[in-house]
Parts: sequence; structure tokens; C-alpha cells
Amino acid sequence: MRKTLSLTPVNLIMIAALLATGACARRDKAVTTTPPPVAQTPTTNEDDVGLVELPGSQADLIAKAGTDTIHFATDKSDVDAQSRSILAAQAKWMMANPSVRASLEGHADERGTREYNMALGERRANAARDFLVAQGVPSARLLVTSWGKEKPIAVGSDESAWAQNRRAVTVVVK
Amino acid sequence: MKQFAILSALLLASAATAQDAPPPLEVNVVGGTNAVTAIAVPAMPTPAPVDTAAGPTAALGRQVAEVIASDLRSTGLFTPLGPDGIGTYRAAEASAPAYATWRSAGAAQLVTGYVEAGADGRITVACYIHDVAAGRELAHQGFTVAATDWRRAAHKCADTVYSRLSGETGFLDTRVVYVAETGPKNNRTKRIAIMDSDGSNHRYLTLGDATVTTPRFSPTGDKLVYMTTAGRRPRVMLMDVASGTARSLVPGLVLTFAPRFSPDGRTVVFSMAKNGRTGIYTVSTAGGPPRRLTDSIGADTSPSYSPDGSRIVFESDRGGTQQLYVMNPDGSGQKRISFGGGRYASPMWSPRGDLIAFTKISGNFRIGIMSPSGGGEKILTDAWQDEEPSWAPNGRFVMFNRIRQGASGQTSLYAVDINGGNPRRLPTPQDGSDPSWSPLQR
Repeated sequence: MRKTLSLTPVNLIMIAALLATGACARRDKAVTTTPPPVAQTPTTNEDDVGLVELPGSQADLIAKAGTDTIHFATDKSDVDAQSRSILAAQAKWMMANPSVRASLEGHADERGTREYNMALGERRANAARDFLVAQGVPSARLLVTSWGKEKPIAVGSDESAWAQNRRAVTVVVK
Repeated sequence: MKQFAILSALLLASAATAQDAPPPLEVNVVGGTNAVTAIAVPAMPTPAPVDTAAGPTAALGRQVAEVIASDLRSTGLFTPLGPDGIGTYRAAEASAPAYATWRSAGAAQLVTGYVEAGADGRITVACYIHDVAAGRELAHQGFTVAATDWRRAAHKCADTVYSRLSGETGFLDTRVVYVAETGPKNNRTKRIAIMDSDGSNHRYLTLGDATVTTPRFSPTGDKLVYMTTAGRRPRVMLMDVASGTARSLVPGLVLTFAPRFSPDGRTVVFSMAKNGRTGIYTVSTAGGPPRRLTDSIGADTSPSYSPDGSRIVFESDRGGTQQLYVMNPDGSGQKRISFGGGRYASPMWSPRGDLIAFTKISGNFRIGIMSPSGGGEKILTDAWQDEEPSWAPNGRFVMFNRIRQGASGQTSLYAVDINGGNPRRLPTPQDGSDPSWSPLQR
């Protein structure tokens, strides 16, 4: 799921209202639920770079490079031959589109523990970043992040689902 | 801040009792199976019916007994009798019940008391524990609270009973913070939620706009650290529980996660990932630059302080697979402690200091315990994926999340007695993961 991450205070209040409604509707009889603090503002500072996704550019990257995603072996971060050719095509696209940046986002399958998988996801994203830099993409245009096992694509508990979830995605951002 | 006026310190009933040796363990743990004790918990009477902000004192007396019975059942050490279907008594009898009657009802122990309204909108819950067979009182204590906080008084009474009869410190008047999960497995909404350890007084602390994980209580229970992905990267946050406000602990374009407090609450130990390596760092809760403790070529994460602050246990895959290591709080003296087969992850040092809980990965995830030197490994659970152990403040129970295999992604909170027995599921309104057990409330 891709969307703009900058939320205005008005949006947040609406979300809070929606969540409060949802919470009431779902309330278990045995459990007293009080609404969440409505005035709560998420912490922001100058480091919240407010990465804005660019769906049009993302579609173009996928069209030109074939895919925005590379995959990994279980518990590994090695970039294999297939992934190298995908990343080489992505690097070409990045150099042809100098006004955008990319967020390299590493993911892990559900067979690792939560915190370890954050580290593993960073390792995978970093491997993709290193390859793009070696292809000539300025490192200042590349961000690295990890989602651990928090954002699986495939929901099954089988090898096919796990293979799809062990990935690094190149997300085009402004 | 809720304060309890302790009307009387935990008193032994008579001089004769006071001369006895320390109270024997009246609950036997044999071969990992708890011998359960039948304990009568009749509805508490009221010396004078009064309507309080939380309802009539007579009704509260029944509700208090229900909470006490439920709390005692949850320990796995008792089979409570009542408050339904068991006899009643008058307030004046709370300190001198008709033991023969309760004996014939099949009770080995008995909890009595009363609920009395004060002039100031507060109530007093008196709590007496009796050995029915011996026909004597074992202890009594009173708790004065705002009428609307009657559940806390009931938990305090249950803790008094549990503590007196098991020899363990109480753990029932506690809270649990965890991650409430909704939505399909590939598009989960995750919110931090807080509740009493019996599931009551549930509320949400984050809005669900960003994925959050791994909330952990400060040693005083008034603050949390957790990880958020707001801003599209993992970051350690520090939250004030009462106000719900949070701030980033480590500024800058860095990836931080796996936070836990030091025992004095002034330091947070966490992981930071950079250039394909993940190290362990500390940072002051007051701010300032992080300090690096480890710098291996692998992933060092899930650090947890010993309760005296003199050691930190963590996991690292520096040797090829995830294993547990201990080190001094400045990062020196790193030493591997896990040597069984399989991988070891997410260690948590017991508040008693004598054990480390962990997730053991050998295909499935199981919760286990070992000594801080790595000996005495014992696996406590057996399911597809049990992970994220968190200790009860008395070091006797471990809470964790159990994930169901397959597309549902369903996850629930469970607690298990370290001496064995079946894990008990904690009620949550939605799916729950990543529990953290609060310290005993004051």
C-alpha cells in the first residue's frame, strides 16, 4: 500500500474520530474501552523528511526496469545475478531521472523474530543501495530503511509466500 | 496519582502466629504441575449500604469478590469457590467467620472482608485471609480508594492473598501495554494499547496512523519506549503514558529499534542499523548523543538490562546464527551464553535477576528460560510461533505473543508460569502482540 505520508492536523483529527468510532463498535462487553486521546499529535521534527511517494514515477520505474523489487534467500542479504540485472536497470532509470530520490526498503519473512528482522531488512536494503551506488547513482539520492516483518505482501505461511516477502523495494520519492 | 491508604500493615493474626517460622508454602508445585487449593471467595458484605459513584456498596462487595476470584484463578494456584453458589456472612463476621461452615463447603482457605463507604466519596475494602482447616486468620489488610477505583482495591486484596499463600510477591495489581492489531495480515493496523492485567480499563495510546511495535514500560510504569515507522523508517520513541505525548529519542536520519529501559529509568538501550550492520547503543532519556556499546559485523539487537543494571543480555548473529550474549553496561566483556541447538532471540532478564527468558527458534518459536550463565535451559511453550517474552514483576510468569500459522495472522497474548503448566490467554478486544508487563502499582 502506497500513500502520501504527510498528514495535516485536520486529517489526524478525522482519523482519530474514525478510530474512536471503530473502537466503540468493536467494544467487547467485558472490556471497558475509553476513547484514545484525541488531541495527540505525532512527534515531528526536522528529520521527518516527509517522503512523498510519486506513483507516476514508480510506474515508470517498473515499466523501464521490469520491477521495483528484488528477492533474497532465507536469512540472507546477498544480491544474486537476477537481482543485479534488475538493479542495474533501476540505476539506469535513476540516472535518467535526476530529480527524484529512492527509498530502499528491506523486508523479511515471518520466520525471524521481530527485532532481528528489522536488522535483516536494513541489511537487504543496504545491499541494494550499495549496488546502485556502484552503478553510479549518487548515494545522496538513496535512503535506506527497514520494515522488518511488518509489511508482508503474501499472507501464507509457506515457502512461496515467504519467498515473496523476503525483498527490497525501490520506492521513488520526492 | 492514585494512592492507597494502607489502613493496617500486613499483620499476622496473633502473637502465636508471629512466633511461628516463616509461613510455609501452602501451594505445592510438584513435577511442573501446580496443586490447586480450593479457596472460598464469598461476596463481601457492607456494614452500611451507601450509593457511591460506582454503585451501591452491597453491589460493589459482590463485584470485588468476583475480581478477587478471577485474579486468584489466573494464578493457576487456586480453584476459587464463589462468589456465586457459596454462602454469605455479615460484615461483623469478616474477622471471625464460622470456620466449620466454610470447612463443610469444601474450602481450604477463605477470603472475607467488607466494603464501607467513607464521607469523602472513597471506599474502604477490608480484606482478610483465613486458614479454614486450622480455623485461624492468616492476614488482613485494608485498602481505601476512590469508589470508581474499586477494581484496584480488589487486585490489591488478591495480591495480598496470593502473596501470603504462595510466598511470592504480588503481581495482580499491574497493567499491560501491548500492540493491538486489526486488519488483514498484509495490511495490519497496529496501535499501542494499555489495560489492567486482567483486561479491564482498556484504552489506546496511539492512533494507528503508523505501524508501532515493541512497547515497554519504564521501571516506574509511567513511561513507555516503543518503535514507530512514522516517517518511513524505524525509530525509538519515548511516551508519557498519562498524556500520550511522545518524542523521538535519537534525532537524525537513523534507523533505531529494540528499545528497553535501564533499571533506574534514566537510560534506554536500543539497536541502531547503519551500512548493513546493527549495533547496540544507549541514550539518556533526557536527550543527548547515543553511545555505542557493540560494533560487530552482524546484527546485535534485543538488549535487556539485568535488574541491578550491572549486565546487559542481547542477541547477535556474529557467530553465524542468532545466539545470546551478556556484556557489561559499557559494552566490555561480551560473552556468549547460549549453546543449545537452534537459534536464540529476544532475551529478557527477569526482574528477580535469576533467569533470562528468550525465544528459541528451531523451525517453530518457543518461549524458554535459562540462567544468566546459560545453564538450566527450560522450554515453557510449544506452538507454531511464540515470541516477545515479558516478565511479570515478581519474576514468576512470562507473558508473550502467540501467532497462528497461516493467512489469518491472528496473534494473542498469553502468560505462562515458569514452573510449568498451560499458558493462559489474556483477553484483548482485538488481536494482541508484543506485551510488556508493568511493575506492581503503588
